[in-house]
Amino acid sequence: MGIQTVAVYSDADRHALHVALADEAYHIGPAASHLSYLNQQTITKVSKMAGVQAIHPGYGFLSENVEFAGLCEKEGLTFIGPPASAIRDMGIKSTSKQIMAAADVPVILGYHGDDQSEERLLSEAEKIGFPVMIKAVRGGGGKGMRVAMDRDTFLQQLTSAKTEAQKSFGDQVMLVEKFVETPRHVEVQVFGDHHGNYVYLFERDCSVQRRHQKIIEEAPAPGLTEQTRQAIGEAAVRAARAVNYVGAGTVEFIVDSEQRFYFMEMNTRLQVEHPVTEMITGTDLVEWQIRVAAGEELPIKHQEDLRLSGHAFEARIYAEDPDNDFMPGAGPLVYLSTPEPNEHVRIETGVRQGDEVSVHYDPMIAKLVVWSTDRSAALRKLRSALRQYNIVGLNTNIRFLDNLAGHDAFRSGDVHTGFIGQHYDDLFPKKELSDITLCHAAMAIVLAEHDQVMRAAANSKDPFSPFAVGCGVRVNDLYQRQLKLRDGDKELTVSVDYCHDGSFIVSHCGATYQVEASLDSDQTGCKWLTCRIDGVQQKVKVVSIGNSLNIFARDASYQLEVSEPDFVSASHGVTSSGGAVAPMPGVIEKVTASVGQAVEEGDPLLVMIAMKMEYVIRAPMAGVIKDVPYKVGDTVNKGAALVQFEE
Amino acid sequence: IARHLKHAGKTVSALYHTDDMAAIGSHVDIHSSDYKENYETMKNLVADLKSTVGTITQGGGEKAIQKHLSRGKLLPRQRIDNLIDPGSPFLELSQLAGYKLYGKDHVPAGGIITGIGRVSGVECLVIANDATVKGGTYYPITVKKHLRAQEIAQQNRLPCIYLVDSGGANLPHQDKIFPDKEHFGRIFYNQAVMSSMGIPQIAVVMGSCTAGGAYVPAMADESIIVKEQGTIFLAGPPLVKAATGEEVSAEELGGAAMHCGTSGVTDYFALDDQHALHLARRVVSNLNYIKTPSVKITAPEDPLYPADELYGIVGGNLKKTYDAREVIARIVDGSRFDEFKARFGETLVTGFARLWGYPIGILANNGVLFSESSQKAAHFIELCCQRGIPLLFLQNITGFMVGREAEAGGIAKHGAKMVSAVACANVPKFTVIIGGSYGAGNYGMCGRAYSPRFLYQWPNARISVMGGEQAANVLVTVQSQQRQRDSRQLSAEEERNIRDPILEKYEREGHPYYSSARLWDDGVIDPVDTRMVLGLSLSTTMNAPLEPAKFGVFRM
Repeated sequence: MGIQTVAVYSDADRHALHVALADEAYHIGPAASHLSYLNQQTITKVSKMAGVQAIHPGYGFLSENVEFAGLCEKEGLTFIGPPASAIRDMGIKSTSKQIMAAADVPVILGYHGDDQSEERLLSEAEKIGFPVMIKAVRGGGGKGMRVAMDRDTFLQQLTSAKTEAQKSFGDQVMLVEKFVETPRHVEVQVFGDHHGNYVYLFERDCSVQRRHQKIIEEAPAPGLTEQTRQAIGEAAVRAARAVNYVGAGTVEFIVDSEQRFYFMEMNTRLQVEHPVTEMITGTDLVEWQIRVAAGEELPIKHQEDLRLSGHAFEARIYAEDPDNDFMPGAGPLVYLSTPEPNEHVRIETGVRQGDEVSVHYDPMIAKLVVWSTDRSAALRKLRSALRQYNIVGLNTNIRFLDNLAGHDAFRSGDVHTGFIGQHYDDLFPKKELSDITLCHAAMAIVLAEHDQVMRAAANSKDPFSPFAVGCGVRVNDLYQRQLKLRDGDKELTVSVDYCHDGSFIVSHCGATYQVEASLDSDQTGCKWLTCRIDGVQQKVKVVSIGNSLNIFARDASYQLEVSEPDFVSASHGVTSSGGAVAPMPGVIEKVTASVGQAVEEGDPLLVMIAMKMEYVIRAPMAGVIKDVPYKVGDTVNKGAALVQFEE
Repeated sequence: IARHLKHAGKTVSALYHTDDMAAIGSHVDIHSSDYKENYETMKNLVADLKSTVGTITQGGGEKAIQKHLSRGKLLPRQRIDNLIDPGSPFLELSQLAGYKLYGKDHVPAGGIITGIGRVSGVECLVIANDATVKGGTYYPITVKKHLRAQEIAQQNRLPCIYLVDSGGANLPHQDKIFPDKEHFGRIFYNQAVMSSMGIPQIAVVMGSCTAGGAYVPAMADESIIVKEQGTIFLAGPPLVKAATGEEVSAEELGGAAMHCGTSGVTDYFALDDQHALHLARRVVSNLNYIKTPSVKITAPEDPLYPADELYGIVGGNLKKTYDAREVIARIVDGSRFDEFKARFGETLVTGFARLWGYPIGILANNGVLFSESSQKAAHFIELCCQRGIPLLFLQNITGFMVGREAEAGGIAKHGAKMVSAVACANVPKFTVIIGGSYGAGNYGMCGRAYSPRFLYQWPNARISVMGGEQAANVLVTVQSQQRQRDSRQLSAEEERNIRDPILEKYEREGHPYYSSARLWDDGVIDPVDTRMVLGLSLSTTMNAPLEPAKFGVFRM
């Protein structure tokens, strides 16, 4: 579009991708977002300094902030988004529902009154009929939200919702509304311009959620009839028109099993999942936003000119641990390789290999968006792309997404917001490390060593010496070695026999396998292990970093640790696992241990905050403290030794 | 394409200046009864070799092994596996040393493991005591094997790593290990001399180093010792108490903490065996040892024919003949062989080839040695010496030709030329006894006395001053001549009484295990492994610079 771009960044994002891509970038403060990305004054100041004409607020931070939109208006900067009034109207849920009801947009029964007494709320809940949803009026993202299944639990859930809302938003005004069981979350992308034109760009289904946050989105919504599609789209346009909406907005609905839909809320910004809409409509919504902000008419202003074509999915790749209740994570992206992007496979990411997923912001790594002519083809493409998305360094939800996308119920389009809970056992299959994977691991180790020896030899003056052949030749004997590996806290011993013909016999727990293997690097430096085990050939990708060995197979990925010999840990002075080490990256909150102090096993040493949770670090053994290298406020990496003991 | 065609049995190339024209060997008829019989015989010999070695590599028996392991020590072969570069070959020498040598006293591998392996990319000679065998004490054969390993290190300039875990001299055998020149003291003499030559000496003390043994780490350039496991002292606690009355624990007297912290006898303090071996690898990587082969090296190529066909070609009957070129074809790169003087002295095949990319001059017996074959040998050896090409002797020889015609033709002086050339050749020499090794043929074909850098035997080989039957015949003839002077005839039974014990003795003593047990060679190998073992041996010799030839080329 020929527009020059200016980025802003905090300390944590000094080397971030958005900074690298911008024409100019301005530093706006420390990592904590309230001091940088939420600091409206600094941002407007920088904007003026840079001679900026318009600000695109992105999806988070200030994108739905009334004050900021107002401030931009005052400072003569164009806020790429709706007018402040529309944000305000839609920002308060009770107000927005009244407006919607007036505009003939179906809303869900509920109480949005000012009388917040427990008695009143309870009686309203009874009027609506259980089960009901108790929601913070200013809430969002699942915070301050509870379901009361019956009268008995209502007050308890109310208190809980209030406490959380108070903590999260400093406000505990609640609304009560009908709770729809097995509801679907369907949202409609709408667009308006300054000339009174409105269109809808069809709907997205974002039903499958974890922790009340979206994880996989698709467009169009599966199974929606054409009548419903049109009805829901037109209702969304009415909603936008009712608040004189300008720009990109999303009207969210709850859809029940009978395809009845109810207005839930309107997001007055472009959403994370907008690419699926772009894919099925062939549009560029950011471009539309900018044109609209510049006063132009919508690029397509007649609804009938918009065509829905094919099917698109978006999977959100997060740094989180699905096996641990989707606990958010952080850390370095030690290794990152993605599927090859093309016209139908989009990867939207702000990080590269070597970058850090910071503890300060949302742990989303990327959005993977795929399109194909129909839903099942798109789903196949999504799974294949997920398997090519390989990350080492931190836990991700990639394997979970793959399981999800492969689930029969998901494939048949039977989605609703309780999907993960309903299919929990299928989605979290017990991780069984097969002997095949152990064979892969053993071969990856052996052949990588071989490779190293060969490469060293190639650089010498005696490049072909048979001593540099990693065939483990022993005179009149076979070389047998034991490889020690760790799978989580499970110690595994795999034995490898080097046969004279260059093949191997791998054994583990009494089972033996005849293995032929080769390790090749592709142009990108990726290592591919081709392994023929008892006649069955498989190709897997291998990434080994330090002692961690990552195997990306067709069906799953595995991480194993190569056990270090005892002397390595002994000479580093690191205590046994579960020692006084940081369990995850975080910030030191409190230090109770002091140098020279004698402690008993289990005594608290310090407290760290990671992912908004407190962790008490306890003494792994009795002893005298030699050193406490960190102080309050320090950021520590996962595995950092927080306390050292005297020997 | 060329490679493809070669596999089809023919070499075709459009190039005039092609190197591919000299492939030798033929596709043998693997269905012939001879081949099958030979194959079966050799296969059995190899199976016996492997099972015998398999027992030997078990070391000093289950009980001793368990005791050793319970102390947190690694077994000697595990130590070597952890010392050398992961997955790299280990050229173990003389596994059969001490085999059935001391009657009921079994000393597997002579109680010491020696061999060559790469440590941090440097070819090193490793000598590891096996404490599970008689506490790692030195039998006479242990000393001999240790000294032979040091000789190899010295000749080929290999850094020496001693993995010490030994109770010292085996006292009952003291007269066979202590006083003579090639006895215990020579170990330390060699260490000093090699160190003076710039050949690094590294000791890793992983167990006891008592009395004489204390000098191994003490005389090494650098020493590593394992905490609460390695000890070094001139006299152990019992002897100290007897001598001075002083009561002291082994650890206080000569443990790692004392030697690293107080005496300075050792330089590196290791927490366990693995750590010690890791430190040894670090020491080697700091040697700044650069291997500079003085030959032209090309990329190696597999032979065209499967190595196991050697079983069917050679077999176990030394009287059966075959073309030695068939053996060469299954050992050398691409089965390519540029034969020298092919039409002259045909009972000896000579020519140039490459083995694992290294150049090599090969002499292989194809019958008894005549004057012509001897002259051809001398000529060829001189060529190789001039050019710095290592020599490989494939020995299968009954001897030099005898008889009036041969003697009149000067076989003695022609043979002497060959023996002289072999003796003086200072390029690396390798000998593999692939069949018989008898009489002066052994000399001419670089037997042990001619200091080949390495000498190996196949399990079908026999070595003796002459064949058993010839020896028996000679003795029978001598006896019957004596009897004739007394005008008596030797009865058939008397003749058998002379003949049978001789035949039995020659068969027993000529056997490769008997030979290898006494360290008359560096190991008995599977014919299939010949190429690999020779490749490793060649690579080893490339660590020492070539010495200039001391004679020109005399045409004979």
